[in-house]
Formats: sequence, structure tokens, C-alpha cells
Amino acid sequence: MDHSYFFELFLGGMTRGSIYALIALGYTMVYGIIKLINFAHGEIYMIGAFTALIVSSVLGFTGMNPILILAIASVLAIFFSSAYGTTMEKIAYKPLREAPRLSALISAIGMSMFLQNYVLLAQTPDFLPFPDMIPDFKFLQPINKILNSTQFVILVTTAIVMILLTILIKFTKIGKAMRATSQDAKMAQLLGININKVITVTFIIGSATAAIGGVLISSHTGQLNYYIGFIAGIKAFVAAVLGGIGSIPGAVLGSFVLGWTESFGTGYISSDYEDVFAFIFLIIILIFRPSGILGRKQNDKV
Amino acid sequence: MKKLAMILLVLFVAAGFIFAGGSKEKGPIKIGVAGPQSGDLASYGIPTAKAAQIVVDDVNKAGGVLGRKIELIVEDDVCKPEVATNIASKLVGDGVVGVIGHICSGATKAALGTYNESKIPVISPSATNPALTQSGEYPNFFRTIASDDAQARTEVDFALDKLGLTKIAVLHDKGDYGKGLAEFAKKFLEADSRATVVLFEGITPGAVDYSAVINKIKNSGAQAVIFGGYHPEASKIVSQMKKRKMDVVFISDDGVKDDTFIKVAGKYAEGVYASGPKDTSGNPAAQAAIKEYEDKFGDKPGPFYLNAVAATEALINAIKVAGSTDYDAVTKALRSSFVETPLGKIKFDKRGDALGVGFAMYHVENGKYVELK
Repeated sequence: MDHSYFFELFLGGMTRGSIYALIALGYTMVYGIIKLINFAHGEIYMIGAFTALIVSSVLGFTGMNPILILAIASVLAIFFSSAYGTTMEKIAYKPLREAPRLSALISAIGMSMFLQNYVLLAQTPDFLPFPDMIPDFKFLQPINKILNSTQFVILVTTAIVMILLTILIKFTKIGKAMRATSQDAKMAQLLGININKVITVTFIIGSATAAIGGVLISSHTGQLNYYIGFIAGIKAFVAAVLGGIGSIPGAVLGSFVLGWTESFGTGYISSDYEDVFAFIFLIIILIFRPSGILGRKQNDKV
Repeated sequence: MKKLAMILLVLFVAAGFIFAGGSKEKGPIKIGVAGPQSGDLASYGIPTAKAAQIVVDDVNKAGGVLGRKIELIVEDDVCKPEVATNIASKLVGDGVVGVIGHICSGATKAALGTYNESKIPVISPSATNPALTQSGEYPNFFRTIASDDAQARTEVDFALDKLGLTKIAVLHDKGDYGKGLAEFAKKFLEADSRATVVLFEGITPGAVDYSAVINKIKNSGAQAVIFGGYHPEASKIVSQMKKRKMDVVFISDDGVKDDTFIKVAGKYAEGVYASGPKDTSGNPAAQAAIKEYEDKFGDKPGPFYLNAVAATEALINAIKVAGSTDYDAVTKALRSSFVETPLGKIKFDKRGDALGVGFAMYHVENGKYVELK
């Protein structure tokens, strides 16, 4: 077996898994808190990428350092995506909080279509080039053939985001409130936790990670259009379900597993069946562990 | 009385036929135009009908052909094979001496049998299915557009003859167009001993990234990739390969020979090869034909317009050269005499494909596609 080929596929799958993870976090957190599958989440990722593109195109004229532009663009992308995310929650989900879950789901699908078409009309239906802002790092020269700078940035950024998120959820007050709400929203409310605030924060965090994912993947592929959120969103959703929806470590694990399945499946068998491998794996996992790899078993109270 | 009336009627009708038959040589030469005039694909058929009308009007204004005017009979086949066979019977019944059309390959194939039995030459401006000419079943069929496999042939010849490549990876986007092209390319490469296909893979359009496939290309040792598909995937693959510092030639098709590809792939697009229809915009006949359309109808001509002008001109020229509307004479003229059309100087080979119509290779140089001579 060719080791360097194996490592290339491994790192390629991990890069892809990182992007899925950044999006899947939003799915799984929102599901954990309000039991809603937010199908418009992929669009938040797309809006993040578009914001970064617009900001970096404008700043590109100033001749600033590309890394600085990328940083500013990412911050603004996070800001805009979070604003869209929370607004979406207020408009499309909050009024339906007491309604049957199916209504909120349909509302989410509607929101997804609305945002796609909004960007299609307000921006363009064409593919747009995304500027190359991640430079070639000198220290990566020796392993450049296996791992390039963009992939390196994706892996490092994802790791940092995961660590920050873990700290936030484990050790801060709002994190505690989120965990409490996820366990039992009514009880948390009785104990004086402001549920609305928790939900808003959840949407902000989910949208922010999705925006980071959007900026990173666009830098990686060098292009975007209004439709990129759809496929990425579906895949990230699959990853979240694979890992156990509602569980944050599960979403990350599920994303990496999905990324590796696709990468190795393509590398050693055939890319014709890339999606087939991903979904066969999902089906097998769901047969043996219906609530996902790290999902909690849900016992209905009688 | 009734019987007498009946006999008179029969005689009258029969006389009508005889009279009609007698006037056939004197009356207008009838040419059929068949293609979708309504329905989803009408936009593919209407420009052809208008093209035929423009050419015929010009010919009639100049006195017609062989001293006779030309009359067009336009029929709507909605691009459906079952309708196309009916249209074919109707046109045969109307006594056409040639047909411009049909537009869709499926409808064309369905109608060709009827025309072939009645010995009527058919020239399509748009039916690209390779089997229509290559099967040899339809000696009455001609076309002024290159067949689907001609593009793959152009790419493969270029890769082998001009670039001298020996190891080639063939990729496609699993779609009808991309996969069809890739399969032809693979077939042509395998038939040639100079090169081997080291990888044949389909990729998923719109996937988040293509690094796994790119690793696979690298691992296969391919010197070049021939890609069948459209520009969004092509630009992702090209830019990711270049970012990985891979020195692999990228050859693709007219789905990639689009300025959007250069816009999106940016500096990574440099050096990419793509095949596309030969550039005829510099041809004065093409410019004149387009201007005539714009003057007459006030908008831009639709798809296959120039091909349809060429088809009509070729048919009328063949009738002129043959000196009659006889099938054998006309088809012989189509195959032997060159005619000046918006697509350049063309005649047809023995299978019915237009010589001089086809694809050229383009190369991205300084952010522009440049035709390679």
C-alpha cells in the first residue's frame, strides 16, 4: 500500500470533514435546543461566504495584506450570518414554537428557498470567483504535496473553533443554560433561565461556525454561487444525524467519518459512487444505532 | 342521377390529380422545414424555420432556382418522435423535394425512415447523435453540425498528435453530455496504441471539494486530464490541481469553453485547453446572415441559426448544380460540390457529415480563449 496516497486521502477527507463539522454544529445545536431541523442552515453558510466575497472584493482595492483582508472578511461574514440566523429565528421559527414540529420544519424549508432565491436575485445566478487570500506558507513546503496551505488553515481553524466551543459550553454560564435548556426547556424556564436568550445565542453560534465554514471552503475551491449551501447543508445534516443529532461531539465525529468515507471511497474504489458510500454508511449506522454514533437513546416517558 | 354525379365527381377529382401532376414541373419547388415550432423546445426550431425563410426569400427574389420559385412548408414536430413520423408522411404527401430538419436527434431518427423510402434528402442543422450518419442506414441524411463524438475526436487527436501525451485520465460529471463525451474519448484513446487511459471516473457535480479525485489523478501518474462536463466543476478541479502544484494538462469541451470558466478560475485557467465549435464570427457570410435576421425580425437569431442557413443554402445549391430535383442527382451534388455558407465552404462526406464544420481547440492565453490553428 502506498502510504503517501493514504495520507493524502486521509487529510483530504479530514479537510472535507472539518467543513461539514462547522456546518453540522449549527444543525445539531439548534436541534438540541428547540428540536428543530433548521433546513435553512446551509443558506446561512452560503450567505457567510457571499459576505466574505463582497467584503474582500471591496477591500481588495485598498491593497491591504491578504491575510488581514481575510480576517476582516471573516469577522464581517460571522456578523452578517449571525444577524441572518437570529432574524430568521425571530421571523420563521419563534411564532411557531408552540405549533406542531412539522409546521416549523416546513417554515425552515420555506426559509431555505427564500434565502436562496433572495441571493439569486439580489446578487447573481452565476458562479463567482473567490479571491485567493491564503498565502503559501513556507513551513508547509516539505509536505506541500500532501497538504496545502488552505487545507492546513481549514484544519487549524476548525480545531480552534471546536476548542472554543467546548470551553463555552462546558465552563460558561450561558453554556450551562444551553445544556439545561437542551435537557428540559420547560424546567429550565421554571428555574429562571431566559430561554429566548439561549435560543438566540444558539443561533448566533451556529451561524457563526457556518460562516467560518463558508469562508474556508470558498477559499479552498475558489468559487461560489447561491446554490452552494444546499448540497453542503444536506451533507452536514447527514453528518449530524450520523453522529447523533443533538450531540455536539457527535456532529464533529459524524462529519469526520463522513469526510473519510467519501475520501477513501473515492480514492480506493470510485468517485462515481461518492454519495453512495456516504449514504450506505449512514444506513448501516442507523440500523445498528438508530440515534447515531454518539446519540442518546430517547426514552419516551409514559 | 346519383350515379352520374358520382362518376363526374370521380372524374373531376382524377382530373385534378392529373392536372396537379402535370403542373408539378412548372409550379414551385417545395421544401419542407420540420422541427419544433411550439412546446418546450420551440426556441430550437423557430430560428431554423426563419433561416430557411430568409434564404428562400432571397433566392425567390433573384428569380428562384431552375426558373421555378421555392415554396416552404413548415411543420411542427414538437421534438417528439411519434409526431415526427406523421409530419414526415405529410411532407412526403405534399411532394417536397427535400427537408430542412428535424431539430432533435430522436425526432430526426424517427422520421428518417419515411423520407428514405420516398427518396427525399434531409439536412438537419442540429441533430448531433453520432449514429444518424455513422450507422449508414440513412443515405438520405446530411447535417451541418458536427456529431457528438466529433468533439471527443478533436480532443483526443489534439492530445495525441499535438501534445504527444501517453497517460491520460478521463473524468466526467456523470451527466448525459459530459459522460457521453468522456465515453467517446475513452473509446478513441483505447483504440489508439499511443496512449493509455489510466483513470476513468465520474465526479459528483456540486460536491464540496474534489481533493480525493485529484489525489487519485496524481496517484495514477496521468499527464493529462480529459474532462467531460461544465465549467463549475472544471474550474474547481483545475484550481485545486494547480494549488497542489500538479503539472497536469487539462483538456475539456465546449461546456468549459465559456468565459465564465476563465472568470472563475482566474489565473489558474491559464494553459487550459478546450474544444469548441469553430469560430465563424469572422466570416462575412455569417455576419451578413445575422444582420439580415436582425433587420427582418428585430432580435438576435436563436440557436442553430447559421447551421440552418447553411443547410438551406446547401440544399438549394445542390438542386441548382443537379439541374433537377431528382434524388440521386441532388444527393450526388450535396456530396460533391462545395457551397459558400455562413459556416464556411462546405460539402458533405459520404456518410452525410459536413466537411469543414466541426470543432477547433482553444487555449487559455492571458485570460482569453485563443483558437489553435
